[in-house]
Amino acid sequence: MSKIVLHLYIAGQTPRAERAINTLRQMIEHDLAGYECELTIIDVLANPQQAEEQKILATPTLIKSLPLPHRRVIGDLSNVKDLLNVLNLPPQS
Amino acid sequence: MCADQIERLPTGITGFDHIANGGLPKGRTTLVSGTAGSAKTVFAAQFLAAGIKRGEPGVFVTFEETPEALRRNMLGFGWDIARWEAEGKWAFVDVSPQPEEELVELGAYDLGALLARIEHAVRSIGAVRLSMDSLGAIFTRLNDSRVVRNELLRIVSTLRRLGVTAVLTAERTQEYGEIARYGVEEFVSDDVVILRNLLEDEKRRRTVEILKFRGTSHQKGSFPFTVIPGEGIHVIPLSAIELKQRSSSVRTTSGNAELDRMCGGGFFRDSIVLVSGATGTGKTLMATTFMAAGVRQNERSLLFAFEESRDQLFRNAIGWGIDFEQMERDGLLRVICNYPEVTSLEDQLIFMKAEIDRFRPQRVAVDSLSALERVATIKGFREFVIGLTSFIKHQEMAGLYTATTPTLLGGSSITEAHISTITDSIILLRYVELFGEMRRGLTVLKMRGSSHDKDIREFTIDSRGMHIGRPFRNISGILSGQFTHIAPSEIDRLSAMFRDDESSDAAQDKPSAS
Repeated sequence: MSKIVLHLYIAGQTPRAERAINTLRQMIEHDLAGYECELTIIDVLANPQQAEEQKILATPTLIKSLPLPHRRVIGDLSNVKDLLNVLNLPPQS
Repeated sequence: MCADQIERLPTGITGFDHIANGGLPKGRTTLVSGTAGSAKTVFAAQFLAAGIKRGEPGVFVTFEETPEALRRNMLGFGWDIARWEAEGKWAFVDVSPQPEEELVELGAYDLGALLARIEHAVRSIGAVRLSMDSLGAIFTRLNDSRVVRNELLRIVSTLRRLGVTAVLTAERTQEYGEIARYGVEEFVSDDVVILRNLLEDEKRRRTVEILKFRGTSHQKGSFPFTVIPGEGIHVIPLSAIELKQRSSSVRTTSGNAELDRMCGGGFFRDSIVLVSGATGTGKTLMATTFMAAGVRQNERSLLFAFEESRDQLFRNAIGWGIDFEQMERDGLLRVICNYPEVTSLEDQLIFMKAEIDRFRPQRVAVDSLSALERVATIKGFREFVIGLTSFIKHQEMAGLYTATTPTLLGGSSITEAHISTITDSIILLRYVELFGEMRRGLTVLKMRGSSHDKDIREFTIDSRGMHIGRPFRNISGILSGQFTHIAPSEIDRLSAMFRDDESSDAAQDKPSAS
């Protein structure tokens, strides 16, 4: 079963960042409960160089690097159902 | 100049600081707006490149071209961005589109990451300048224009806080109309520069206009500019050129003793003489003689020839007993032959200025201006002549331009009409039809600051050059080309009448005196 790797870029602890994090937690705990899932949260204010390397434009930005294909979503991820749809998750085995 | 409180940052873009009265308002963000192909990116990059040459590091935020493309494209201007990056003088913030990754929007967002990256880049190299190119690209990538506008406003105020002087480029859809697309001017409206790429009479013409600098002064109106390899943008600040050349009363020889006499003792040293005439009347000869006379008195002489090839010019000169080749070998003469069609008039002017700067001549001749007129609009041509003239006069050189009249007999050239007020002296060369024979006539029409011979003199050309003879006596209407011959008997009768008067006066005086 393939691993799911997610990176979330935020700019400080803003309400938008909170909302995005909550949606992701909910998704991982409920919808992706049976999968190995790795979520890293990067604050661009503390790590601007990383934001530069990943060419992050907006915050929040969620990057799915595994499973392929790559996906980049911007916004506070208001809705779990839409998010799963956009990310092509859970992976079809 | 008014004493304004706003400090300037000289851009280092040639000519631009002149029209900007010193440079861009320091610590502020200037919007540079233009249509596609108006050299916005070059302006943005040059602003940084020129800064680096002054020891001011810069950050380039690119929304459109990739850093790789910019490094490659700007190398042609002599800007080695990769080296500057390695030296910590230039930093990219790459916001160019990533084709492999599509961006999906889900919910509300801001540009906090971009702001953090910009601030990080500015701090890490201690940037004094920043360019963002170009705003339109980000509006097309993100759906929520309102958010983008708000965030750009936040970026601009951050830049202000950081004390960075910035250039922000934006697209326009038309050359005349709204300042920029997407209402960008709403948040960076203090300082606006417009670049135009116009098509006039099927000729491309680039101009730059400073629309406003809030609370401070700048030159009004638009100024032509050109983009030169190895240099970048070069603004020609024509109407800003100060026409306050020192005019000296030092005379210098035209190369023809009789012509010098007609001009009241020669040409003035810092003056421009226009020689106008039909083809074959001897304009090139006058230019050649003028050059040779300079060389003979050990003056450096520079000839720009736009009508004849080098071989032809040198052969002609030999025919008049002047050895151009030897003079060039001696380093006193430089002949530059050029086809006017190969470049725009703006580029031609810059090229000529550079040649003048390099050779540092005491005399300059241009043969002929009319050839240059063919490749430009009337406005462009006039600007060229003003630019060249003021440059030559500033250097305290003697200049001679030739202009070709379109008709063989009489008439005036368009060139003349546009530049006669700019030049100090005008010499007309004309064909004169005299009883079925073509002769040549010469007259000094204008000689600023001096008296001159008003006659129309006949002249001939042989292997030793030009020989100015007696005035035409029995013909009128030479300048208009509508000749009227006055019968010699009539002239004799009239002059005899005067002679009679004089002798009769004398005859009358004598008896009374005795």
